[in-house]
Amino acid sequence: MPAGFTREQVAAIATLAHLELDPAEVDLFARQLGDILAHVDQLQRIDTTGVPPTTSVLATHPSDRKDEVRPSLTREEVLANAPDGAPDAGLFRVPRVIG
Amino acid sequence: MSQPATVREIRDRVRSRDRSAAEVCRDALARIDRVEPSLSAFTTVTHERALARAAAIDHDFDSWRDRPLVGVPIALKDNLCARGVRTTASSRMLETFVPPSDATAAARLEAAGAVVIGKTNCDEFAMGSSTENSAFGPTRNPWALDRTPGGSSGGSAAAVAAGLAPVALGSDTGGSIRQPAAMCGIVGLKPTYGRVSRYGLIAFGSSLDQIGPLTRTVYDAALTLGVIAGADPADATSAPDPVADYTAALSGDIRGTRVGVPSRLVEAGVDPDVARAFRASLQVLASRGAALVDVDLPHAQYAVAAYYLVATAEASSNLARYDGVKYGFRAPVEGGGRDTLGSMYARTRARGFGPEVKRRIMLGTYVLSAGYYDAYYLKAQQVRTLILRDYDRAFERVDVVAMPTSPIPAFKIGERTTDPLQMYLADVFTVSANLAGLPAVSVPCGFTADRLPVGLQLTGRRLDETTLLRVADAYERDAGWQKEVPALYV
Repeated sequence: MPAGFTREQVAAIATLAHLELDPAEVDLFARQLGDILAHVDQLQRIDTTGVPPTTSVLATHPSDRKDEVRPSLTREEVLANAPDGAPDAGLFRVPRVIG
Repeated sequence: MSQPATVREIRDRVRSRDRSAAEVCRDALARIDRVEPSLSAFTTVTHERALARAAAIDHDFDSWRDRPLVGVPIALKDNLCARGVRTTASSRMLETFVPPSDATAAARLEAAGAVVIGKTNCDEFAMGSSTENSAFGPTRNPWALDRTPGGSSGGSAAAVAAGLAPVALGSDTGGSIRQPAAMCGIVGLKPTYGRVSRYGLIAFGSSLDQIGPLTRTVYDAALTLGVIAGADPADATSAPDPVADYTAALSGDIRGTRVGVPSRLVEAGVDPDVARAFRASLQVLASRGAALVDVDLPHAQYAVAAYYLVATAEASSNLARYDGVKYGFRAPVEGGGRDTLGSMYARTRARGFGPEVKRRIMLGTYVLSAGYYDAYYLKAQQVRTLILRDYDRAFERVDVVAMPTSPIPAFKIGERTTDPLQMYLADVFTVSANLAGLPAVSVPCGFTADRLPVGLQLTGRRLDETTLLRVADAYERDAGWQKEVPALYV
């Protein structure tokens, strides 16, 4: 990936990230993300042949627990922070998804 | 010159009934009311809740007397949930969010007798190194009000440095406890990854995040860690290992302890006053009988690059949950037209997140996207392995590794906001401890010519907080920088 992002690339990433950007933000991020990627490109100089990736630093992998019912929040508590909750129906309301 | 009371002093006075929990709490709140207008360290001050808790402790004193933090006021970074208390992560996205449960660390503090007096300002979702990325405005440095306190736990650091709270919790993903502690002249401890449960911490980079204390003394950090550390069924990554008696480890004796100095790494790009204070701190350790050993961390120079790929990748997926549905902000449709789910998501995230959070979500989304994953995210994880191996090799020869916490002292508000890459590069000494999951502490080690605090960072072996804190405490006993207080404290 060359340093320097096109406006089209920035717009494509914004779509993936569910972010609406205004034209000034697209220009700003094209420049800044290009600068940052130019810096991180120095990693390509390191020979990592055969080096395993570290996804977690834990010494032991967390063990699975039994799938059993444990205390949890009430439906009212879960819905209390919803911007458009329907507590009587026990639902989160969202805009139309299809057509 | 008078000094703010430490956690230990307050606890002992309350325990001996020299002072009531309510008196301590009222004093703390009064000081906040007086100083906060010039500092902006808090997003929320919990006056009524704190007074009620303190009164409850006094009322039922016999059952509280022997708890390790009885009557101690504490502030929580505003990305730590406290049930019924607004928790914003300093973001518009969560401006009205009231969590239905407590962070485990907060619950353990309260069970130990601590009284939560407020939530502290931070960079939005803990993303930043200056607290300027807060949606509610910047926090100021108690040592120089035109400067930042560092970040992202800048409100916690400023509150403790200004004597508004003897202890505050912060979170540290790439230095966010240690760097503001250094810039505010206090102690900041990032425990081993997994030592403290992350349950109830608003997630940023889940393989890197760790909660820890900011205090005025190493003893107070050790005391607080002992309360919040330990396994938690609600966090599968919490370490099952037994919790040590950290305060008992502070013997002052570090004769023969081997302190590694990665001199090649710390010779370049460090402010001259910071470098001078760092060198002087090594001499203090040597005069106490520690052996200084040169070590090489050949991949540490790549830590910032690896960190900003791993952290933003994790952030982009963690922050996908802020979509205007389950909690937080939802942006209304403009012009009253017909809305769709997809445009509601994108509009809400555009209005709810600030520029730095958007920048990191964009970078993280990119490095995880098809075609770039191997070149960036996988490569960064491989370099993470090499950084871990560097530390493993160093710890065969030494007990702790010493570096400056930050290559620069506190900078002016607004001075570094236009160039995010420059801001990231200043994290050079802190991010590797997160990538390697190691415990690290920043302890005050002097001042620049402009009287800005400088921090000494010590990094230890995995789960060996006892050695780490013993060295830091021994240094503090001789150096005595904790006795310095900003002019703001009167």
